[in-house]
Amino acid sequence: MSKIAVTSEGPGLKDMVDPRFGRAAGFVVVDTTTKEHTYVDNGTSQALAHGAGIQAARLMADAGVEVVLTGYVGPKAFEALKAVGIKTVQNMDKISVGQAVEKYIAGQYDYAQTPNRQHH
Amino acid sequence: MPEVVVISGKGGTGKTSLTGAFAHLAQDLIICDLDVDAPDLHILLSPAKRSTHDFYSGNEALIDGSRCKMCGTCLEMCRYNAVRTGHDQYLVDPMRCEGCRVCVDFCPEQAIAFPARHCGQWFVSSTRFGTMVHARLFPGAENSGRLVTLLRNRAREASKEEDSSLILSDGAPGIGCPVISSLSGTDLAAIVTEPTLSGLHDLKRVADLCTHFRVKVAVIINKCNLNPEQASGIQDYCRDKGFYLAGSIPHDPEVTMSMVDKKVITETADSRIAKTVRNTWENILSIL
Amino acid sequence: MIISVASGKGGTGKTTVSASLAAVWKRPVTGVDLDVEEPNLHIFLKPDIVHEEKVYLEVPRVDESRCTLCGKCSDLCQFKAINVMGSAILTFPEMCHGCGGCLAVCPEDAVSWGTRQLGTMSRGKSGPIDFLMGSLRVGEAMSPPLMRQVKDRLKCDLARTGSDAIIDAPPGVSCPAVNAVMDSDFILLVTEPTPFGFHDFQLALEAFAPLNIPAGALINRSGIGDDSVQRFCQEQGIPVLAWIPFDTDIASAYSRGKVIADLSLEFRQKFSQLAASIIEQIGENEACPK
Repeated sequence: MSKIAVTSEGPGLKDMVDPRFGRAAGFVVVDTTTKEHTYVDNGTSQALAHGAGIQAARLMADAGVEVVLTGYVGPKAFEALKAVGIKTVQNMDKISVGQAVEKYIAGQYDYAQTPNRQHH
Repeated sequence: MPEVVVISGKGGTGKTSLTGAFAHLAQDLIICDLDVDAPDLHILLSPAKRSTHDFYSGNEALIDGSRCKMCGTCLEMCRYNAVRTGHDQYLVDPMRCEGCRVCVDFCPEQAIAFPARHCGQWFVSSTRFGTMVHARLFPGAENSGRLVTLLRNRAREASKEEDSSLILSDGAPGIGCPVISSLSGTDLAAIVTEPTLSGLHDLKRVADLCTHFRVKVAVIINKCNLNPEQASGIQDYCRDKGFYLAGSIPHDPEVTMSMVDKKVITETADSRIAKTVRNTWENILSIL
Repeated sequence: MIISVASGKGGTGKTTVSASLAAVWKRPVTGVDLDVEEPNLHIFLKPDIVHEEKVYLEVPRVDESRCTLCGKCSDLCQFKAINVMGSAILTFPEMCHGCGGCLAVCPEDAVSWGTRQLGTMSRGKSGPIDFLMGSLRVGEAMSPPLMRQVKDRLKCDLARTGSDAIIDAPPGVSCPAVNAVMDSDFILLVTEPTPFGFHDFQLALEAFAPLNIPAGALINRSGIGDDSVQRFCQEQGIPVLAWIPFDTDIASAYSRGKVIADLSLEFRQKFSQLAASIIEQIGENEACPK
């Protein structure tokens, strides 16, 4: 079993994937075995002037997430996620959270080796 | 709906005058001013504010004089010389305060508050060309790029509500964080440059940024007749890099005159310059 | 005395005015480029650089063997430069503002100072003019820490040599611009007589007002636009110290990196007069303190 988080514009599986990681509205956290999901609001990171990506990575670590599905990840957030052993899958945007989860379960993904977004 | 942002690395190239004209030429659009440090587009569009919202970013230290015992801890610890001693009390100079919270944490009397910093306001307004989303940072406030992101999101919402066919933004200047925030996720960047050494230099920097974010580029050479040699240098650069040259617009005092009348250049007489601007906009649309 | 040349809007001719002013200044003078993101003053003054040094900011370095992951530093840091995450402590030196909080708060003495390069500081000579420039490292996001260090150096130099300084400040009205002009004796605002120029001029005045520094205006490219800047200055009692006409010779000289004051005797006299008016303004202000 594994716990994955999807950056999301809203709390449910029908909401769209938020392309941003650090400034995502929130995260839908899904247990891939039980398919149960919870929502983690990202309001604290969004309010930050700087370092939203790092703050969001801290949230992910605290929630015990192992994999993050999102659109774009900046270099600092990428480094932070890597340091705590969280894998990232990028370019998962423009689909719903549920579709992203299905894609992941079906094995249609690659773990990112480098961040796909420059300094912000 | 597609998103077009007009940018220029260097200030003073005519970016805002052109954005205003494009807003006139485009139909059924949402207008967005992302140049929040020194917004000027409202001068041409005279927006009527429909709603006003406060913008907060970061925090600032505030000493409570009634609790402060003037022990000197904050004075000693602040690395920005933001704590001032005068008139029998300690004060924090908000212009020097970085919002690091060190004085707040170390004050033995807990006499320092740390409220959110009120940095500016943002607005949704009506203009003669359509809905406009814009903002104003208070002078001296720090621009984090977050306000730019906020405005873009609000413009997208407005575009959904009104089912508009385009979002046109006057982008932030420079190549720093705010311009990156104006670019990411945009379909096309129209880069306005001028035929000077610094114009070409800044065009290269900002075009690199666009390539990096996989944003389509259209280049506009403004005031092209001021230095024809430099202008052709810019053309060569665009050809080499495969950047689409959407137009070369000559310097014309009429642009300033229509600005004085609070009009955009395509609204005044159908002069040659207005035609050139019109063609440039059609060229931009053609590659969108 | 220190004179800052600023402008609310980019592209108004601030740098070329700074260079011309330095060129005609009668007393010993240092030309300072504090527009550290895009330093251009050297293009006009063409100094021989005699010394260049790297400038650093003190940022935290963690001794992981001593760190107990208590999280005190992480909770204090407002810039996410030091973070306890799960069972790791992670620093992001480029996020650090150098406040020193983590060092002070760590109960285990596990944090010490490391450095991050902010950019370079160059010193040189252009004829009789001393030259000092800060240049931000590409990729460095914060300019105020570098500007602070260049200004500290300037203060030392001026105390030693007794010369005056002309600062080319960054454009705009945000934090770096205010930081640059903060400790000067006079602010010369370069503007142009257009509605955009006028609007940004007002923003700049508003941004600098809390500093209580006397200010004057230079209207560049006069002859285009309207007289709203001039009327405003009259109403507000802001002295307009010079007008530079819109002129294609000036524009072309600018594109080739020439100093306007060197173009003709007429321009030289214009800038000498400007210099004299600035000194007069500062004198008047000292005569009647606020």
